[in-house]
Amino acid sequence: METAKKRMLTGNKAMAEAIAQEMENDQNVFVLGEDIGKYGGIFGSTQGLIEKFGPERVLDTPISETAFIGAAIGAAAEGMRPITELMFVDFFGVCMDQIYNHMAKIPYMSGGNVRLPMVLMTAVGGGYRDAAQHSQTLYATFAHMPGMKVVAPSTPYDLKGMMTSAIRDDNPVVFMFHKSLQGLGWMDQLDYSVGHVPEESYTVPLDKANVMREGKDVTIVGIQMMAHHAMEAAKRLAEEGIEAEVIDLRSLAPIDKDTIIKSVKKTHRLLVVDEDYRSYGMTAEVAAIVSEEALYELEAPIRRLAVPDVPIPYSAVLEDFVIPGPERIVEQVKQMMEEG
Amino acid sequence: MTKFEEKQPAVSVDKLMWMYEQMVKIRYYEDQMVEVYSEGKTPVFNIGAGPVPGEMHLATGQEPAAAGIIVHLTKDDTVTAPHRPHHHAIAKGVDLKRMTAEIFGKESGLGKGKGGHMHLFDPKVKFSCGGIVAAGIPHAVGAAMANKMRGKDWVAVAFIGEGAANAGAFHESLNLAALWNLPLIVVVEDNSYGISVPKSASTSVESNDLRASAYGVAGAYVKDNDPIAMYKVAEEAVNRARNGQGPTIIEIQTYRFLGHFQGDPELYRDKEEVPGLRSRDPIDKLRQQLTDSEQVSEKELEEVEARAKQEVDEAYQFARDSDYPLPEAALEDLFTS
Repeated sequence: METAKKRMLTGNKAMAEAIAQEMENDQNVFVLGEDIGKYGGIFGSTQGLIEKFGPERVLDTPISETAFIGAAIGAAAEGMRPITELMFVDFFGVCMDQIYNHMAKIPYMSGGNVRLPMVLMTAVGGGYRDAAQHSQTLYATFAHMPGMKVVAPSTPYDLKGMMTSAIRDDNPVVFMFHKSLQGLGWMDQLDYSVGHVPEESYTVPLDKANVMREGKDVTIVGIQMMAHHAMEAAKRLAEEGIEAEVIDLRSLAPIDKDTIIKSVKKTHRLLVVDEDYRSYGMTAEVAAIVSEEALYELEAPIRRLAVPDVPIPYSAVLEDFVIPGPERIVEQVKQMMEEG
Repeated sequence: MTKFEEKQPAVSVDKLMWMYEQMVKIRYYEDQMVEVYSEGKTPVFNIGAGPVPGEMHLATGQEPAAAGIIVHLTKDDTVTAPHRPHHHAIAKGVDLKRMTAEIFGKESGLGKGKGGHMHLFDPKVKFSCGGIVAAGIPHAVGAAMANKMRGKDWVAVAFIGEGAANAGAFHESLNLAALWNLPLIVVVEDNSYGISVPKSASTSVESNDLRASAYGVAGAYVKDNDPIAMYKVAEEAVNRARNGQGPTIIEIQTYRFLGHFQGDPELYRDKEEVPGLRSRDPIDKLRQQLTDSEQVSEKELEEVEARAKQEVDEAYQFARDSDYPLPEAALEDLFTS
């Protein structure tokens, strides 16, 4: 059996392996951030790196996001290839000036004369009762602003391949990893947080969505946890004879319009699911793309499921109410099928 | 000590002449900019009109801060500057033609017209600046970090105004640079005002070099906009940084002869203040010191002045003669492939 021989890794180990391989390949690659040394990253993204590369290339920083993200920018301008970690994406507020006014704009304002080959990796997502300041995804906040590639891989295979691509890219890449998909022992154990990851180095493009499941009746677009929930929903829908096509966006900026449009032309129905806020978000962007480019292909109005414009609440019943799950996806799809 | 020796500056005449040339060039550049900026903005001032639109922050009077430390740097050393960047850029050797073209919004500009006067980038001489107060300090920390990681003795200098020393980025950066013993020098140009607010109303200490002890780094203070004192203090700081002895904060008391930006009504300061500052013009003083040294002739000084002016005139002519970018070029340069 071929599958029995496949090497399985958790999301965090897949990421850390990509970083380690690139650090071996290129002396300019280094990592800096909070608790990324001996701790190995709060969500395990740098596990084992300090043991391999030492504190000169794996730098624990003070709680000074402005200084160390800004320093990564300064080092990147000098030709280094820093990887810096913003522990939780929610902490963006203390350093967004460096991220957006500098990292994202310097290459453009310099007319392309300054390149910033750097990766800003950050943990996103809720579902583990960590409340409003530690549970956001903020996908759209980052994807809205030009000058950054913004990716959010959903599987261990993609976490490794897209991290390798991100490090090799000459542009600033915001690399969002979902806490629940890291496969950490102290969180819910999810099957899809462990997956096949080849040992050798490989790349996954930063601008291509992934059709996780083919289907003819409805297209469900999601990313990270919402893509996995869509897969679960698709399984249940199949039992009722509805074949859903599930697209994992993988990349928010640039967004792979072609894959979405192609799918909608086949299924004629679209549901977009997001673990981010509803208004002005990814669901609206995908809906707008399809409205502009494939409106007459639709047999039912586009539907959206997202966090209903409130901060993420703490109590389990409240959080589960605002973050979409498989049941709600199934329900929405069934309603859509009756409309068309 | 003989009278003759008393007249001898402790700094070599070559270095002083280099500084003098930069200061003259900066002053003439800014004087020309005052004129150019006013084009299209009279009789009614409209910030968006004329060949050079947008905000314009000029450094007239602040020349010693730039010349006095950059004289110790090479093209391998990094300089980051704030929203008032022309003096640093000129002294660092930024391509003056392309810099001026950038300020005119031309295709031949450093940023192909996408940056403007607050966003000048010349990687060939490791110069950058930006419009967000204090934000360039972390970039200098990063450059210093890269130098250290690569085993180079190159240093990084972050220029800021005194207002920036109250921003979080200043504190975070100095703590980090001190912690990692990085070759960083922060030059605080105290021109007395953060836009309109006097230092006494913004800053809890008399001068920001006093804050050095909070980070465990060296601090130095230069009074009265003195280029020679700046030279000496900066020489020590640069040597410390090159020798792995860590960061320094230098504060220089400098003078802003003009408003925060062109068009500033300057209602917040006494009308007598600027004439008083101009009577202590650092360029006049340095010229006098050079003359008094009896090592430089009047002819040599005039040659330096003429050369500086010619370079500036050529830069402005280049900018005027250059083409504007194609409108569609706005869509380029976001990413490199």
